[in-house]
Amino acid sequence: MEGNIKLIRDDGLRLDGRANNEMRPIKIQTGVVQRADGSAFIEWGANKIIVAVYVREAYPKHAQNIDRAIVKARYNMSGYSVEERKRPGPDRRTMEISKVVSEALSSAIVLEKLPRAEVDVFIQVLEADAGTRIASLTASSVAVADAGVPMRDLVVGCTAGKADGKVVLDLSKDEDNFGQADIPMAILPRTGKVVLLQLDGNVTEEEFNEATSMMMEAMPRISELQRNALMDKYSLEDGE
Amino acid sequence: MVNKMPMDASAVLSEIRKGFILESIKTGKRLDGRSLDEYREIKITENFVPKAAGSAMVEMGRTKVVAGIKVEEGDPFEDSPDSGVMALNIELLPMAFPTFESGPPSEQAIEYSRVVDRGIRESKMVDTSKLVIESGKRVWMIFVDIDVLNYDGNIIDAATLAAVTALKNTVVPASKIGQKDYALPISALPVSVTMVKIGDELVCDPDLEEEQVSNGRITVTISEDHNIHAMQKGDIGEFSLDEIRKAIKTSSNIGNKLRETYLR
Repeated sequence: MEGNIKLIRDDGLRLDGRANNEMRPIKIQTGVVQRADGSAFIEWGANKIIVAVYVREAYPKHAQNIDRAIVKARYNMSGYSVEERKRPGPDRRTMEISKVVSEALSSAIVLEKLPRAEVDVFIQVLEADAGTRIASLTASSVAVADAGVPMRDLVVGCTAGKADGKVVLDLSKDEDNFGQADIPMAILPRTGKVVLLQLDGNVTEEEFNEATSMMMEAMPRISELQRNALMDKYSLEDGE
Repeated sequence: MVNKMPMDASAVLSEIRKGFILESIKTGKRLDGRSLDEYREIKITENFVPKAAGSAMVEMGRTKVVAGIKVEEGDPFEDSPDSGVMALNIELLPMAFPTFESGPPSEQAIEYSRVVDRGIRESKMVDTSKLVIESGKRVWMIFVDIDVLNYDGNIIDAATLAAVTALKNTVVPASKIGQKDYALPISALPVSVTMVKIGDELVCDPDLEEEQVSNGRITVTISEDHNIHAMQKGDIGEFSLDEIRKAIKTSSNIGNKLRETYLR
């Protein structure tokens, strides 16, 4: 598949006009599912993802941890979210994503503050356009914070990859499909520690380092959007 | 050596035993005497199941897996009419561990399968363009089935080694369709190296006890082109970028040795 399509234009920009290290526009909103304890909606490029969080006693009882909470993220795609209809329900890809997202959130949540609890994070991908696992995780940590769950930090994520042999930030769908590598990463921004990292494709060590530093540079801007989303909600409530 | 197999996947190691493991690792030695980047003894039995198109049993310490390949005719995917198909699956058999259950695959089994699959697929080990019978109509499908028979940690590396060995020996049964059988075209030998973080150290080829006391796992799969083809951070835990860079270096060094010793 790869190599059949040109991903970097003659003027050095990408097909959608972005520079190598340029993100797509991101918008985050909280309080979008009123029934839930916490929620968030993220638009990241053409991705549209809604997340709702419920915090409750884990059930059945034998699934509880007596000294800490368990975190269960469920990444789910709507049938209409992609080009060809996605058959509803979990598949191997979505189960893997649910696992790595749950594990990344677990590092940010102060699990021992919520013994016996389960933090259910329902992620619904309404429209998918590359980078959904990272957009989901970025929105999920906002939704978990919105639910009032004690957290050490807001997990923030980003992707980088390789298109036409060049390292680029925040892959588009074409770059994801026809590029040479995809590297999603998420960190705890206060410490810079990596809590999610995956890679598939073909990169040298140098390219990997270039990709990670590009992502590290972009993370603070996404963090700011996360914080603003939370502050917007609460400043609104104060004004009422 | 009296060294009982741990019986539970969830952390039920005694605090005392945990302390032992941590203290020992601080001194650069593990409880079984290995250094931090040393693998357990590896034993590979090639063509373990002659009925398969290719097969291998890998014993990595007490972790034991069998990979078997079946090659069947099938339809290509619509978006890749000139390419054969590979599918890889790891079964965590209930016999391998007290908490493994039969039934649909667990998240753990799916994650392991997908990490092993990515390393092999992205390194382009199997040249799928040479598996076309009739463009857009018929192709060879390579099924890689990996059974875990005994679980004592580090399934990912044992399974990758077993799958790569088995694929290397695979014969495409083209005589079934009136052509000549041929060896599966292989163009790379990927090796995965998995490390866990124990205390502040990265430890290669963790056994089950080491997995239990660890905070985070990282796998790096590199092939002989020295490029990285798959990476996966797994389990709850955090890594600094420096630790990740170190993991890449370790994978490159150790992976090379494993390839030269077991795959050449």
